[in-house]
Amino acid sequence: MATFRDEGVVLRTMKLGEADRIVTFVTPDHGKVRAVAKGIRKPKSKLAGQLEPITHVTMMCWKGRELDVVQQVQVIDHFKAIREDLDRMPAAFTMLEAVDLVAVERQPMPGLFKTLTGALRTLAEGTGPVLLGAFLFRLLDLEGVGPIVDSCASCSEDAPLVAFDEHAGGFLCRSCRSGQPVAPETVELVRQIVGGQLRQALAAPPSRATAEVERIATLTMEYHLDRQLRSAHLAPGPQ
Amino acid sequence: MFAGPIQELVDELGRLPGVGPKSAQRIAFHLLEVSKEEALRLAASIAEVKDRIRLCERCFNVAESELCAVCSDTRRDLSIVCVVEDPRDVVAVERTREFHGLYHVLGGALNPIDGIGPEQLRVRDLLVRLSDDGIVEVILCTNPNLEGEATAMYLARLLSPLGIRVTRIASGLPVGGDLEYADELTLGRALVGRREMSG
Ligand SMILES: [Zn+2]
Ligand SMILES: [Zn+2]
Repeated sequence: MATFRDEGVVLRTMKLGEADRIVTFVTPDHGKVRAVAKGIRKPKSKLAGQLEPITHVTMMCWKGRELDVVQQVQVIDHFKAIREDLDRMPAAFTMLEAVDLVAVERQPMPGLFKTLTGALRTLAEGTGPVLLGAFLFRLLDLEGVGPIVDSCASCSEDAPLVAFDEHAGGFLCRSCRSGQPVAPETVELVRQIVGGQLRQALAAPPSRATAEVERIATLTMEYHLDRQLRSAHLAPGPQ
Repeated sequence: MFAGPIQELVDELGRLPGVGPKSAQRIAFHLLEVSKEEALRLAASIAEVKDRIRLCERCFNVAESELCAVCSDTRRDLSIVCVVEDPRDVVAVERTREFHGLYHVLGGALNPIDGIGPEQLRVRDLLVRLSDDGIVEVILCTNPNLEGEATAMYLARLLSPLGIRVTRIASGLPVGGDLEYADELTLGRALVGRREMSG
């Protein structure tokens, strides 16, 4: 039987039969991979604890027709700081959910993989208020549907941008405005995110603008996927 | 596709958790081969659970009457509640013989990607129980995996203003394994070694 090696981030797992799980990974070279982890639910399993969602691993799998079979796993990063912090988990879950919906089985996606591992590392180091929004906009950019930020998405005028409409694909000027009204700082932050000044955007302290970035990024991703991101709406938050 | 009734059976079996289309076919043809008595025994025991078993009105464990066997046992300590995901975890904890209080079965764990938030679990029922039942300690005995830990953290935060002692089973349990497969000794030690959890 053919085997393959790749890195992967565990997106989700599902119980299978008596003691197995189906583990869904996103990988750089094989896109989305769904593989059976045999016996993983038994506490003595060598795999137990190594294939929880959010874990970054290298792995070797048998190639199957529909489902692959996990053979060996080595953990690169558990992202312990994320999984031990209730306030960081919702962002991580939303990232995994979006990637799960965007990634395609057996289609290489090195850009997406790098963006995800980078975002998880950043989240593990500390939460920036625009991190999730920035991640979603980067993902949309990789999908070829990044937001229009340099001029009005409707009339292309180089006028001040005052609103964001996911149906129009970006920010809008005063005469074309529809969707959400936004602050000028919000426009600036999204420009930094898609314009390669991510570090600067991530350093922004929490404000109305950083909240708006997350909101419009989520709306745009949901519009692109044509469904709700469940994690963004019912993740466990502070009471 | 098979002839009508066989395909119906395959479809029904395929809806069971963990049973793929191949296994569904295998089980269906197995049932065709066994004696009629044996097959009907299975059908009868399914009908029997559906008729006789319901959920305990207090703790949502499986029960044969209004209260489950644990809740109707007058020797149990009413001041301490062990929160578990599933009725099967009640069995696992009972096997350890280290716990003498009551249970609360959540009906799962937080799993936002699959659409399971606090509203989908019996969290509100737990709060109602805690508000008037003289409970002084809650042990969070959810699975030692990401979803179970998230659920424990969520509950610890939710319960912290209530002034009830909130503890989590000790970390001696292997991460990622299911509680129902943990051996009695390890799970018993994890219960005894539980530690206080802050919200
Ligand atoms: Zn315009
Ligand atoms: Zn009960």
